Amino acid sequence: MIFQDYVFYSLAVILLFAGLRVITARNPVHAALFLVLAFFTAAGIWLLLEAEFLAIALVLVYVGAVMVLFLFVVMMLDINLDKLREGFWDYLPMAGFIGVLMAAEMVMILGTKHFGLARISAPKAHAADYSNTAELGRQLYTDYLMPFELAAVVLLVAIVAAIALTLRDRKDSKFINPADQVRVKRADRIRMVSMPAEVEVPAVETEKAKS
Amino acid sequence: MSAFIQSFLEMGATTFGSYWPAVSLTVWTLLKIVAIVLPLMGAVAYLTLAERKVIGFMQVRIGPNRVGYFGLLQPLADGIKLLMKEIIIPSESSKGLFLLGPVLAIAPAFAAWAVVPFDPDLVLANVDAGLLYILAMTSVAVYGVIIAGWASNSKYAFLGALRSAAQIVSYEIAMGFALVGVLMCANSLNLGKIVMAQAGGIFEWYWLPLFPLFIVYFISAVAETNRAPFDVAEGESEIVAGFHVEYSGMAFAVFFLAEYANMILVSMLAAIMFLGGWLSPFPSLIPDSFLWLLAKVGFLLFFFLWFRATFPRYRYDQIMRLGWKVFIPITLVWIIVVGGLMQTPWGYLFH
Repeated sequence: MIFQDYVFYSLAVILLFAGLRVITARNPVHAALFLVLAFFTAAGIWLLLEAEFLAIALVLVYVGAVMVLFLFVVMMLDINLDKLREGFWDYLPMAGFIGVLMAAEMVMILGTKHFGLARISAPKAHAADYSNTAELGRQLYTDYLMPFELAAVVLLVAIVAAIALTLRDRKDSKFINPADQVRVKRADRIRMVSMPAEVEVPAVETEKAKS
Repeated sequence: MSAFIQSFLEMGATTFGSYWPAVSLTVWTLLKIVAIVLPLMGAVAYLTLAERKVIGFMQVRIGPNRVGYFGLLQPLADGIKLLMKEIIIPSESSKGLFLLGPVLAIAPAFAAWAVVPFDPDLVLANVDAGLLYILAMTSVAVYGVIIAGWASNSKYAFLGALRSAAQIVSYEIAMGFALVGVLMCANSLNLGKIVMAQAGGIFEWYWLPLFPLFIVYFISAVAETNRAPFDVAEGESEIVAGFHVEYSGMAFAVFFLAEYANMILVSMLAAIMFLGGWLSPFPSLIPDSFLWLLAKVGFLLFFFLWFRATFPRYRYDQIMRLGWKVFIPITLVWIIVVGGLMQTPWGYLFH
């Protein structure tokens, strides 16, 4: 075994362990954090494949943004796990069937018969100064420009739809226009009132003043 | 001396056999990491002293002046004091995560230094995707705060964690877009190449053509590091001390170290990407040097301290508004302006 193999197997063990813990951890926050660990190790394995852009994008997008928001929600929920685990045995046959089916499908596609080294040769090694990122960008903006732009439009529609669905004018909102706040002058808030002093002078004070 | 090193290398080669290249590479890299992290820890320690001194002078006080000459040993005294203190673990907390919090806060702050170039040749890992790596590392830094806030099992800590999560995710977008402008100009994600693309004096540095992005980047950096006036994650006057209210002793100190290490990191990045890194402002008069980089980082760090002494804390809704409705539109517009002008005869302005 060469050095890379050791790295791959240790990363693979961590990835499998983290993946298992995502579904077995009792606490949903722990499960989400194990998912973060799984993403991180998967990024490590992609780095071994010289796919540095995909690896870093995985960390940047999924670990840095998606999972943070996920945790944000999971931490605030009061999830009753016993209720979630109810009916585990009732659903097991169906879930098991679907699981076996998916595993069989993956073996059919990814097995050595169709995806082995005999059919698809190993990618040729690149020089040290080969930039994966630049190459991806060149492909996306030339050969795959149309699908890329279409995907972007679909995402944009999804964003607009999500905002349109959740945006509602709340009657109890205390929103203040920031421009108005900035433009406030002293005269808008303060009114100077001239009030003659009506102080009742104590008897002791008047005697002191006389003497 | 060289004979001694030679014999040492031979001994390693015979002991590890065919694994020797991998082992020697690992050991050599570890040594380089120590050579970066140790001075960084020193810089962090003295940044805390500089902060207290600078804010002291701004408020017409003297600042710490009891330990050593001019209080120069104050960071050391603080460190020893914090080391001696007990680390209290709250009874109903999630213990493993409680201890993992500070580790996750400080690890990305140090890990990002792997791709930071100090000189044309002096860099730990001269990788092509350096800028992406930096973005990934700074975005991971939020986990320390979130995990610490949740694991403490305290409402104040949890509120701090939630505020921090929302704030960092928001400002990261503006920060990322600001860096997109830089990589458009430099045509590279490699930090060393980004610096070299700015060669030719102070008016060639990217702060001038990308001025709006520079300002957005720097303010976002202040928000990303949870510094005043964006320090709502701590907010002493509202939520006691936010995410680290339950931490004591060295565990608390690690959060402190992480905050200052992050300040130095973002100042370093701003210096590299907008102020020409180690390049001299007047190359015909003064040569380029690592000292220029230090001077620029120090200059930017002074702003962090100045902000803290000057501005009152932002209201939370105003922070969100500034990030989403002001900074992100500014960066988007300026990216389009840069991209458009690059296609015109004025493209040379952006190199």
